Amino acid sequence: MHKVLDKVELSFIVNGEAVRLKAMPHATLLDVLRNDLELTGTKYGCGEGECGACSVLLNGKVVNSCLVLALECEGSQILTIEGLSTNGRLHPIQKAFIDYGAIQCGFCTPGMIMATYALLEANPSPTAMEVKRGLEGNLCRCTGYRKIVDAVLSLS
Amino acid sequence: MTESAVNALSKHPKTTVRASLIGKRIPKLDAPEKATGLSRYIEDIKLPRMLYGKILFAERPHARILDIDVSAAKALDGVRAVLTASDIELVPFGFGKDNTALKKERVTCVRDEVAAVAADTPEIAADAVKHIRVTYEDLPVVTSPGEALKEGAPVIHPEVPDNTPFRYDYSHGDVAAGIRQSDVIVEDTYVLHRVAHCCLGTSGIIAYFDADGKLVLHSLTQVPFLYKHELSGIVGVAPENVRIIQPPIGGGFGSKLDIHPFEPICVFLAKATSRPVRLVFSREEEFLATPTRQPVVIHLKSGARKDGTFTFRDVHMTLDNGGHTSWGATTPWIMMRTFSSLYRVPHVRQHVDVVYTNNIYACAFRGYGNPQATFALESQVDQLAEELGMDPLELRLTNTQDPGETTGQGMILRTCGLKECLEIAARNAGWEEKRKNVGQVIRHATVRERSGKRNKDVRPEDSSLVRGIGMASLFHVGGGAKIYRSDGCGTILKIDDFGGITVLTGSSEIGQGSETMIAQIVAEELGLPIKNIRVINNDTDLTPWDVGAHASRTVFIAGNSALRAAREARGKLVDAAAVRLKRKPEELDLEEGNVVDRSNGEPLESIGKIIRGLHFGAKNKLIMTTDFYEPPSTSPDEKHMGNISACYAFGTHVTEVEVDLDTGVVKVLKVCAAHDVGRVINRLGIEGQVEGGIVQGIGYCLTEEVRVEGGHILNPTFTDYKICTTTDLPELNISFVETNDPAGPYGAKGIGESPLIPVAAAIANAVYNATGVRITELPLTPEKVLMKLKEAWS
Repeated sequence: MHKVLDKVELSFIVNGEAVRLKAMPHATLLDVLRNDLELTGTKYGCGEGECGACSVLLNGKVVNSCLVLALECEGSQILTIEGLSTNGRLHPIQKAFIDYGAIQCGFCTPGMIMATYALLEANPSPTAMEVKRGLEGNLCRCTGYRKIVDAVLSLS
Repeated sequence: MTESAVNALSKHPKTTVRASLIGKRIPKLDAPEKATGLSRYIEDIKLPRMLYGKILFAERPHARILDIDVSAAKALDGVRAVLTASDIELVPFGFGKDNTALKKERVTCVRDEVAAVAADTPEIAADAVKHIRVTYEDLPVVTSPGEALKEGAPVIHPEVPDNTPFRYDYSHGDVAAGIRQSDVIVEDTYVLHRVAHCCLGTSGIIAYFDADGKLVLHSLTQVPFLYKHELSGIVGVAPENVRIIQPPIGGGFGSKLDIHPFEPICVFLAKATSRPVRLVFSREEEFLATPTRQPVVIHLKSGARKDGTFTFRDVHMTLDNGGHTSWGATTPWIMMRTFSSLYRVPHVRQHVDVVYTNNIYACAFRGYGNPQATFALESQVDQLAEELGMDPLELRLTNTQDPGETTGQGMILRTCGLKECLEIAARNAGWEEKRKNVGQVIRHATVRERSGKRNKDVRPEDSSLVRGIGMASLFHVGGGAKIYRSDGCGTILKIDDFGGITVLTGSSEIGQGSETMIAQIVAEELGLPIKNIRVINNDTDLTPWDVGAHASRTVFIAGNSALRAAREARGKLVDAAAVRLKRKPEELDLEEGNVVDRSNGEPLESIGKIIRGLHFGAKNKLIMTTDFYEPPSTSPDEKHMGNISACYAFGTHVTEVEVDLDTGVVKVLKVCAAHDVGRVINRLGIEGQVEGGIVQGIGYCLTEEVRVEGGHILNPTFTDYKICTTTDLPELNISFVETNDPAGPYGAKGIGESPLIPVAAAIANAVYNATGVRITELPLTPEKVLMKLKEAWS
């Protein structure tokens, strides 16, 4: 039989709130966000960093949370889709995605919006090509990307 | 419904004081929930005491099951049930009734489900399936239809000794006469590959039984009412005791049109444990255990007179059915219609064999076989144009049908905007100018030996990047497709005391924007802001019957049903207002939540107040309407003849590509698309459908392929299976031809599948234009393009 591993204590800040919990050493940040914290806006799309549906910000940088071990996040600042709108007010990126028709089935949307957030933090006025390059790691099967790119460009 | 019937319902038609909502850009109603991460997809739903299901797949393509030992799995802590075929009643299902939830004696493809587990956690469930020991005796593997059809080939399903479960034949006219009338004849074979839907959300289901034994399913089906009926038979629950609730669905594209074995399996696990069970696929399982698009080999021969008039078409198609039969085996019913009816052709003959192999099986996928058929047909139209020395645009225009014509296969084209689509797409693309620059050299590079049919005058030996332009058109059902006994949709509409509307529609939402379209139509008719309309579309206990989200039918059929229910409610509302305000109904209209004076638009009373007057006044009434709309189409006869759709969609794409002659990489630079959609309802939504279809089509043509060797899948990950990313997005120019179909809601026809259909053919024609090399096999990977270029130049 397998040796049963013990959970390890962990603390970090998610969407501005301090969180302390116990996680398995092999748990990913995605596992902890979705299962322990019930922040299910962050999606599982592939589990190997190819689709970007699980994109969140870790200390200001966009990461595929399925590829980050939760224990690596000790003491870190994490921002998920749930932390983007404040007091029920949509973030301008969310508003642009809605108004520009950048959302169809919506499964890629949280990851796409978080990747956009990171992109615009780093480069507030990107060109179309910079937007495409910045979102290249986020797959969408519905929209064909044009309306996503348009939504992002409307914010620059 | 006839046009006069629609008008009859509209007894107090709208005037035009207020700007119409039809054709406007309306953001999707569920977008805020999706943008904030609050939507609960199947993987986000957790019920109390819920268990986690996991399936053991055969992972061998053809074998006899000798023994299954589940004792070690059952002994694990936290395992609540382990099921094999011996534990459940095996009811055959699927279009060919050749599949069962779990397999008892034999497996016929790698994805075959052999055993299943329900456990306290996903980890325990995953561990448990690894502890199940299956003893197999491997059988010879049939990896292609060619092998399956050979004399003495291994038989895959004993009840079908020739491995050909379905054959279809169709003809109109006399092909022999057509051949005699031809000045030019072209013949070629087109090989279409296997691709996966790649919905971003993987498949999943939650099943449980409520206190009185009713089965409740949180299911991602696109066809809830057919599903409810068929599933009830598989799991032994009366259909009236099955409730289907659809959470937000992370993409469909046809993948959720069939019942998949994991769904009854999850029900059996819920039954065995008396607890809710959730079963959600990993991405690898999604590639392994969900069906694909049909691979098909199309042998096509066609002819034309000197003036370009088409004379005949002779088609032979062989589909790789895989190890089981889904609704995908009926895709030739749509493919044949493109060959017979995209253009006017007097003589057409078609034969189709659907052949069992030990490959993973195929199902419906956006276009329902039409992208495959259109690739063959529209490639060959260009080949004919070349033989005739005609411009491909001119040849197509020569053979385009007119509105009012009935096609050779009996389809009535009340509207047909193909001519306009061809002209508009060509004009927007600068067709004439760009066709002159065939094989245009973009960058000079290494000197090498090159030749080619079309580019020898541009010194190809000096070029590395060449550009070309190509076109392809499409024909598709636009007003549903009467494949099932009914192609209808129901609507229930109620108005609350405050002017809020709830619309219960049978139609399913899988991301395409149907709920927004329905709200828009209802808001338009009732003179209310769109935010007053709430659409409920995901619970079979609440919503009336609909055949499902497929065949690009929802705008036309669910839209018509919503329109009729809204018009009836409008009539009742205006009548009530007339009594209350002591005016004649024809003097009143509904605008912005108010009853207004039709002559000057002046508000007289709020709609809420009218309803409250009706409700709490002497009459004690509420306004509720219902409608069931069945389109005026007919089921095809046994010869596949008939007007299966209430109207038909057309379109043309003109595509520019750049081909790197050193690497074989094809890049799509620009697509000019023109679609006959009847009428635009939601401009934002319809653009999204076209843009998404084009980019999905580029992946189909250039990068995507589920590689199957010896029945095994070689690339079940997004690392090795490449769908398009942002950087593959070409420049897009999209136009809509509004032919105002008399049967459509406000004139609208379907659009969902159309934009994907001509993409691959237009790219292949552009690649030919750029390089002089005709590639008749998809996908156009760099390796294949380079190989074909080398073959052509050697």
